[in-house]
Amino acid sequence: MSTTTQTQTAIDTESAPGAEILLRALKDQGVEVVFGYPGGAVLPIYDAIFNQNAIRHILVRHEQAAVHAAEGYARSTGKVGGVLVTSGPGATNAVTGLVDALMDSIPIVCLTGQVPTHLIGNDAFQEADTTGITRPATKHNYLVKRPQDLARVVHEAFYVAKSGRPGPVVIDLPKDILIGPAPYTPAAVALHRSYRPQTEPDAGQIARTVQLLKTAKRPVIYTGGGVINAGPAASAALVKFVRKTGIPVTSTLMGLGAYPSNDPHFLGMLGMHGTYEANLVMHGCDVMLNVGARFDDRVTGRLNAFSPDSTKIHIDIDPSSINKNVPVQVPIVADAGRALEALLAAWDADPAPSDRVALASWWKQIDTWRGLDCLKFTQDMTPGAIIKPQYAIQRLYDITRELGRETYISTEVGQHQMWAAQYFRFDQPNKWMTSGGLGTMGYGLPAAMGVQIAHPDALVIDIAGEASILMNIQEMATLSQYRLPVKVFILNNQYMGMVRQWQELLHGGRYSESYSEALPDFVKLADAFHGVGLRATSVDQLDDVIREMLACPRAVIADIAVDQKENCFPMIPSGAAHNEMILGAEHASQGASVTDGGLALV
Amino acid sequence: MSNTTDLPQRSATISVLVENEAGVLARVIGLFSGRGYNIDSLTVAPVDDAGNRSRINIVTSGTEMVIEQIKAQLDRLVPVYRVADLSKQGPHIARELALIKVVATGDNRIEALRLAEAFRARVIDATTESFVFEMTGNTDKLDAFIELMRKLGLAEVSRTGVAAIARGTRVI
Repeated sequence: MSTTTQTQTAIDTESAPGAEILLRALKDQGVEVVFGYPGGAVLPIYDAIFNQNAIRHILVRHEQAAVHAAEGYARSTGKVGGVLVTSGPGATNAVTGLVDALMDSIPIVCLTGQVPTHLIGNDAFQEADTTGITRPATKHNYLVKRPQDLARVVHEAFYVAKSGRPGPVVIDLPKDILIGPAPYTPAAVALHRSYRPQTEPDAGQIARTVQLLKTAKRPVIYTGGGVINAGPAASAALVKFVRKTGIPVTSTLMGLGAYPSNDPHFLGMLGMHGTYEANLVMHGCDVMLNVGARFDDRVTGRLNAFSPDSTKIHIDIDPSSINKNVPVQVPIVADAGRALEALLAAWDADPAPSDRVALASWWKQIDTWRGLDCLKFTQDMTPGAIIKPQYAIQRLYDITRELGRETYISTEVGQHQMWAAQYFRFDQPNKWMTSGGLGTMGYGLPAAMGVQIAHPDALVIDIAGEASILMNIQEMATLSQYRLPVKVFILNNQYMGMVRQWQELLHGGRYSESYSEALPDFVKLADAFHGVGLRATSVDQLDDVIREMLACPRAVIADIAVDQKENCFPMIPSGAAHNEMILGAEHASQGASVTDGGLALV
Repeated sequence: MSNTTDLPQRSATISVLVENEAGVLARVIGLFSGRGYNIDSLTVAPVDDAGNRSRINIVTSGTEMVIEQIKAQLDRLVPVYRVADLSKQGPHIARELALIKVVATGDNRIEALRLAEAFRARVIDATTESFVFEMTGNTDKLDAFIELMRKLGLAEVSRTGVAAIARGTRVI
């Protein structure tokens, strides 16, 4: 025993080629999988990967997809996602994925190759100023210039990526550092010298929050991705707190699944395509508790009309998110889970009763709003009838629920994404992967790939649009190489649907460049990538296609031809307030219209 | 947006203690340009014995909400130790140094020298046709002197930007 320990210590102080030290540090950080693509500058790392079995490398077909795959992996497991790309174009291709992870607070460590240190700045082949380019695209980045920094930087990168508000971290690795000898140093036990995010909430502010919520007449809890990022325990604490207090709860796109969607306390998603009841509750509330959301413009609508009469409490781990868009009266810098647990304890400790009478009449009001059934749509069930996209997602949800398998959903970006958020209902956190902040078309397929790698036996479905899916369609080859049975469920309306919808509503129906003139045959395309292609063009075919897709042990593309004219409602037009929603054709049209100011917004 | 632009603006002198590592200044400057904040002045230099920590002094302006944002955004940068808003946390001293070249002969030259004495600027270089004045003081004082020199043959100015520190025993 003692000899082993001694040998171990001896190896610790010994040096090995940088690439081996790198892999050892990754392994010590618990990395099991990296998504990557080789190239000249990272060949030493690939050589080291060849000689070991601890870390599995998944060969993607484009570096952007490597980052999205790592995001899917990270979001579905709560671990840090690993990416490995080469210098120059490898790094620049990864940038979209990095910004996506930055906007959605997803922990990623991305290793980028770099030309040898003596060539940096010489415009060498495949050289790019990676740290310069990725500085605003990452939470932090490093260029390793000395071998003795290598192991320390890797450990530190994982700490930075996952602590506080998570995010992507780039480590730029010059080739000579990877080839030359480097010493190994284990992860530091000491605190980071400058980066020490606050996770524990202030007790006084928690007590004040409880007092405000107990005296509130029209309270609401508005939750976001911060609750998901805080781990499953935070979601459990949220459920406990909502059930204890009886306060209505709504969620952002990023936070779906933290609170079970089928629970009567849940109002559905809020914001631009949120439910009527959620948005009116936000508008009319007197106390708002925001847990781990950031008052994004997609949520608030016109800022000066946002929830005008409420006292606002904001729990966020990132102090810069507080008072950024919306002034709040009670700021709480903390981890969402720690804060929710503190709230639970403080609620019980405070002897004052909550205003149950007022809450009951608030719920009565909410029920009348709910009675409008804002997500109602009419599906013509005549055989041969065209499929409504909402119906397609509803059936997908019903049938997956029937099967009872562990199900993960990713999406691309656009109408299908909003319909998925509205009609697919999530009961657990970490099951829903979507590009929220950056809105990256092409996110869903690689993200699903990363989820399937982490959960080989689960059902992983990418709800896609026919335009988005083509942005990273090459990843079908990765699915086939690793036999990943990802299901791609395309709502095919032959338009960039959300662009078309905005052109219809805001630009006089001038459908400039939003129609895809020459789409591929997705069934043949699936076939070409060694997958299975299916198609439904009328409502009577839909269930069979869904069932066949879900039963298939291979990668499937299901091409669902849907109503081209369908729009995504409710909708808060740009520049409008929460109480100025446009509702669908099912409802008498309400007064909202787009203002000139709103037209300039995105 | 509309509720921030109408609000009163203030000037803030912010001191930031950072790890003295490659790229840290680029991070700070990139933050300001990327998020559309103003930089009126910026200085940076190592401030500890080992040269591990640098102090960045930034003079900026914006609404109260924007200045709070700037501080929060700076504070979350990984290599940042501390952020202090000197203009808010009590009395502070802010100084900068300027080198001012005046090319003049005759009465203008004499007048420039006389004003320099009044402003306690030092002559650190002279030819028969020029002076270089060195002057230290707060920004207003430097501005006032430079404005006066404009009429007397001001040729070139080089300024350091503001270095600032709190009065009394308080440290950031």
